[in-house]
Amino acid sequence: MGASILEVGRTGVSPIAAAQRMVARDLRLAFRKRGQLVQPLAFFAIVTTLFPLAVSPELSRLRDVAPGVIWVAALLSSLLGLEFLFRDDAHDGTLEQHALSGQSLGWLLFAKTVAHWLVTGVPLALMAPCAGLALGVPLASIGGIVASVALGSVTLSMIGAIGAALTLGVRRSGALLSLLTLPLSMPVLIFGARATELAVKGLGFAPPLYLLAALAVLGVTLAPLAAAVAVRISLE
Amino acid sequence: MTERSLQAENLHLWRGDRHVLRGLEFSVHPGECLQVTGANGSGKTSLLRTLSGLMYPEEGAVCWGGVDIRKDLVTFCLDLAYIGHEPPLKVDLSARENLHYWVGLRRALSRHEIDSGLDRVGAQQWGARPVRTLSAGQKRRVALAGLALMGAPLWLLDEPNTNLDSEGQHLMTSLICEHVAGGGVVVAAVHQPLALSARSLDLGV
Amino acid sequence: MAWTWFHRLGSPPHVYAIARRLTPWFGWAAAVAIVAGLYGGLLLAPPDYQQGDDFRIIYVHAPSAWMSLMVYTTMAVSAAVGLIWRMKVAHAFAASCAPIGASFTFAALVTGSLWGERMWGTYWEWDPRLTSELILLFLYLGYMGLRSAVGDIQRADRASAVLAVVGIVNVPIIHYSVLWWNSLHQAPSVMQLGRPTMPAAMLVPLLIMLLGFTLLFVALLLVRVRAEILDRERAASWVAEAVAS
Repeated sequence: MGASILEVGRTGVSPIAAAQRMVARDLRLAFRKRGQLVQPLAFFAIVTTLFPLAVSPELSRLRDVAPGVIWVAALLSSLLGLEFLFRDDAHDGTLEQHALSGQSLGWLLFAKTVAHWLVTGVPLALMAPCAGLALGVPLASIGGIVASVALGSVTLSMIGAIGAALTLGVRRSGALLSLLTLPLSMPVLIFGARATELAVKGLGFAPPLYLLAALAVLGVTLAPLAAAVAVRISLE
Repeated sequence: MTERSLQAENLHLWRGDRHVLRGLEFSVHPGECLQVTGANGSGKTSLLRTLSGLMYPEEGAVCWGGVDIRKDLVTFCLDLAYIGHEPPLKVDLSARENLHYWVGLRRALSRHEIDSGLDRVGAQQWGARPVRTLSAGQKRRVALAGLALMGAPLWLLDEPNTNLDSEGQHLMTSLICEHVAGGGVVVAAVHQPLALSARSLDLGV
Repeated sequence: MAWTWFHRLGSPPHVYAIARRLTPWFGWAAAVAIVAGLYGGLLLAPPDYQQGDDFRIIYVHAPSAWMSLMVYTTMAVSAAVGLIWRMKVAHAFAASCAPIGASFTFAALVTGSLWGERMWGTYWEWDPRLTSELILLFLYLGYMGLRSAVGDIQRADRASAVLAVVGIVNVPIIHYSVLWWNSLHQAPSVMQLGRPTMPAAMLVPLLIMLLGFTLLFVALLLVRVRAEILDRERAASWVAEAVAS
């Protein structure tokens, strides 16, 4: 992402200030359309509800599948949330202004994805323990569930940003976006579900959490670069 | 404002199978305005996007101040203000907020500067309303305000007169004249010639 | 000196001509190697002391699996070349690789499933290798899906190139995470032969099959690339002559 983060460029607007401005803008926009924000969370709740209906109302049985159900539901609802990451900016011409702003596009997209994570991933991480409790997990496992979903959703947002950037300009891109994003998200699912499972069983869940953190670091450093290349391709 | 000129050297651009730009060469010096004319589909927008670095010519180069823009695209963008067909505004933000975020990515703007920018384009009354409630002409005026506030020497404008009433067109013409008089460079794609002295480049059909 | 070679390599008529000349060589070499490998593997190699004759499917399964990964790597590398140096021909290569690679992956899955049926009695087990192959198939399908969804050919080339590069970076991550996942649970036996090391009589035909599949891939790639180049350059004058001759 270029030279020292704290360097003030010719603009007089340092990259940090630009990122703050971007995050503030996106958060403001998100809150003006609060209704849309709720949809992925509602989806998460509904998907979680499907499992007791489809499997069994017995909590003892549900407890076994709870980590998997939480994670699959989280994965699918984060996909839903990706719809409004870049699409609006691409439609009204502000995305190309980001590309022409004199700031590093990868850095701006990273800031956008962080804002997106704040309004999709964090609420999801806070809702996940409720889903867990509804599926019979012990109260003590809540911390582990929140930690793993919060950390995993960072990587999911970053990977999703790549998929969203690649499918800009493709109409009805929902299925294609899933096809592109889900295989890349499988490692997150594996480690995250394992961390949640260990937390539910009351065991130490640090190793998979570290692996999740490693994936998050990788995602945060590489995904914005790929997304920036993909965005520039869509603007050509 | 700047001593840099814009040069297009032997630009060739294909869009799919169409050879849109065929060996274009021209220079625009500080204090000059170039208006690009041509029928629909003749490549005016493609030319502007190539000059801005968004599109990549198969052959040839665009130079700003004698330096190929590809060498350092980010620095080139600091000198560039590009406005495409649609004014780049978020409909859920007000005009004031839009300018704060849009221009604010490149230079720190005080509230006073934004207000006087909006006054200049006649937006005092409706500067605080969400952009979705504005007419197309009003949106275009907000974009012009942003253009004036950006402080970039090179302006690339795609059909800047669209949706503007005669008063708005007059405003735009005076903005361009001011910018050019101060040593700026303007390249505008237009359907009808602008009401100012400018060189013309016709892209034909 | 090296640059002119590199840039000539990027010229479509040049690549078309070379591909046309080389295809029969690779085709015949592939046929010979595959026949030799099958003969060695199906008839000459001794039966495995644990699985009997069932193991012989490895002579198709292992090369398919190996090729599925090698083709993806080739695809990602040529896509990257096309992306960085803006060489259209490199994109044509990448586009041609995808269906071939997907077919190898599918073949690996089918032969793996058949082998599994012999070994475990079920047509599918979540064995780490089969699971990784399945995910690789999804990556191929995603690549081909993106290509067909984006209308403009140039943009489709470049977008799918980014996807291919992102994919190849992810393949080792996916592979190791699947291995890790599998090791946590009661894993079914991985498809392996009874002995820890393969005797030469078993190994040699396997290597010959691997060579044969590689030659087959190159032959198929050259055929597809020619068709891709003709399709992309159809407006150019040299195409009319090439097709007429």
